[in-house]
Amino acid sequence: MLRIKNVESGYGRLKVLKKVTMHIRAGEIVTIIGANGAGKTSLLKTVSGLIPARSGEILFDMKEIGTLPPEKIVFLGCSLVPEGRQLFAPMTVKENVLLGAYPQYRKKRGDQVRDDLERVYGLFPRLKERERQLAGTLSGGEQQMLAIARALMARPRLIMMDEPSMGLAPLVIKDIFSIVTRLRGEGSTVLLVEQNAKAALGIADRGYVLETGRIIMQGTAEDLLSNREVQRAYLGRDLDAEGTM
Amino acid sequence: MYWEPDKECMNREDLEQLQLEQLQSTLNRVYSHVPFYRKKFDALGIAPEDVGSLADLARLPFTTKADLRDNYPYGLFAVPMREVVRIHASSGTTGAPTVVGYTRNDIRTWSNLVARILTAGGVTKDDVVQIAFGYGLFTGAFGLHYGAERIGASVIPASSGNTERQIQIMKDFKTTALVSTPSYALLVGETMQEMGIPVSALSLRYGLFGAEPWSDAMRQEIEGRLGIVATDNYGLSEVIGPGVSGECKERQGLHINEDHFLVEVIDPEELRPVPPGETGELVITSLTKEAFPMIRYRTRDLSRLLPGPCPCGRTGRRMGRVTGRTDDMLIIKGVNVFPSQIERVLFEIEGTEPHYQIVIDRKGAMDEATVLVEAGESIFFDQMRRQREMVDTIRKRLAHELGISVVVKLVEKKTLGRSEGKANRVIDNRKL
Repeated sequence: MLRIKNVESGYGRLKVLKKVTMHIRAGEIVTIIGANGAGKTSLLKTVSGLIPARSGEILFDMKEIGTLPPEKIVFLGCSLVPEGRQLFAPMTVKENVLLGAYPQYRKKRGDQVRDDLERVYGLFPRLKERERQLAGTLSGGEQQMLAIARALMARPRLIMMDEPSMGLAPLVIKDIFSIVTRLRGEGSTVLLVEQNAKAALGIADRGYVLETGRIIMQGTAEDLLSNREVQRAYLGRDLDAEGTM
Repeated sequence: MYWEPDKECMNREDLEQLQLEQLQSTLNRVYSHVPFYRKKFDALGIAPEDVGSLADLARLPFTTKADLRDNYPYGLFAVPMREVVRIHASSGTTGAPTVVGYTRNDIRTWSNLVARILTAGGVTKDDVVQIAFGYGLFTGAFGLHYGAERIGASVIPASSGNTERQIQIMKDFKTTALVSTPSYALLVGETMQEMGIPVSALSLRYGLFGAEPWSDAMRQEIEGRLGIVATDNYGLSEVIGPGVSGECKERQGLHINEDHFLVEVIDPEELRPVPPGETGELVITSLTKEAFPMIRYRTRDLSRLLPGPCPCGRTGRRMGRVTGRTDDMLIIKGVNVFPSQIERVLFEIEGTEPHYQIVIDRKGAMDEATVLVEAGESIFFDQMRRQREMVDTIRKRLAHELGISVVVKLVEKKTLGRSEGKANRVIDNRKL
């Protein structure tokens, strides 16, 4: 579904991504794990068109999207749930959700929006309960749900999520991750960027480890979970304390 | 029957994407974790980022057996020793053996790759697999053992030797698949005949053979004598062990596990790729190994890539049988032997000249190696007892060094040919 080859990008003179090559097949949950500043967010922003790829190719459903503006990429079916939710706090929950339906109106499919809204409310009943409430008054977990709901309104086939667990309590994280699994069950493909590597690998099929803009490892979630380097660097296991020699 | 159909039957485009991803991450890892590779890349002015396609592989430096020796024992490991759960070794040309390591993931990968080859050769979880490779430092026995267990087959770690007992086990335990060298399979057939045990008394159905070159004529003989379907498989410890490639039941070449290994065929003199389909030296790069990644390893094995798809449905390209070596390594009874190893042993024994000849015959099914050694001035041919002692010493030391037993004969000084080059040291009378 998504195939990235030798992508490089960055900010100004700073090159963040160095020849990144990766792919996602339809129906997969793929996670990108890595430390702060490894380039995870830059990678999602590059795929979304928010920052330009300086070189390499980005194929979405075999179509080159590396040079397209963000809105065109959303139109094609690839949506981003940005880091920090990026909601419109003074607007109501419903207004925020409907903003995500913008591409549907542009495609003259406004008639579908009502159904889509029902479907999204079905996934997140709490948002329906609070549809008239201002987004800024929601809890962190609810805000994250709202950000995902808004992205879903564009009917993406690939949904990219940037740190959905950030700042959330463990139980809430569990909720969010079970929603990710459910989305896949309903036919979506998910690219998940996470610092919470353990939780992400727990639901992902495959993963890539990004380190200073380079992919240093990839494999099935099972392989990465049992890799000692991943355990030490990203799963917070203190192997010395465990007395392993 | 496939073991991992999504991998074994992957379309070319997906495979090449995967290979590029794996190649790039392997290069990133070896560059940061293995000083040997970093130095070599730096010397050539190449960074991992310079590799943007599979074709760029050709810009990377080769790795040779000598590099492995220079970094003996652990210099090329890419993970700390605490992450290594297994160590194997193989013989080296001049003393230090080649040491290879595996992480827990590597063992799992290895087991899966061997499981693919066993499955391709007909083995299922219902089979009883007898492993008649020597268990020890060599990768053969353990590789096949773990692969067969992975499938869920019942594994008999019979190890090598004691052929009559092997046959008894085969008969009593109802072994359905034999794993060994092809020459050992022939010996089993012959010994059965001597013991008066007909093929019908056994339950054998499949044979998976490797670790030495063999021919289709030999295959037919083995299949006839043992009543089995015999397949060939290939691997080497420097790369992983068995599991690099193996035949399916079509027996039209060995499918390479291309989602784990990049295989190039080069001209060993020019060091450039040979035209497609032509015979050359296999050069192998590992794509998924953690503990002991290998970049462009010169295997010294001669083979070629076969054109076209295989009717079995696997999409992995196929290689032909290994037809020979580009160095002087001999494979005797499935064990790698370098003439230089023999030379070194003789050098250390007083009373011998460093002139020797190795004669290899195939007695029935098995290899027999005879080492002819020139006696020095100090040995008098009228002193039988001293002669016998010397022969005994040489034989023991050689067995210790080589890991196989050889026949030793003393000959008079200046009776062996001189100055005709290395080839003269080896007389290989085997016809496969």
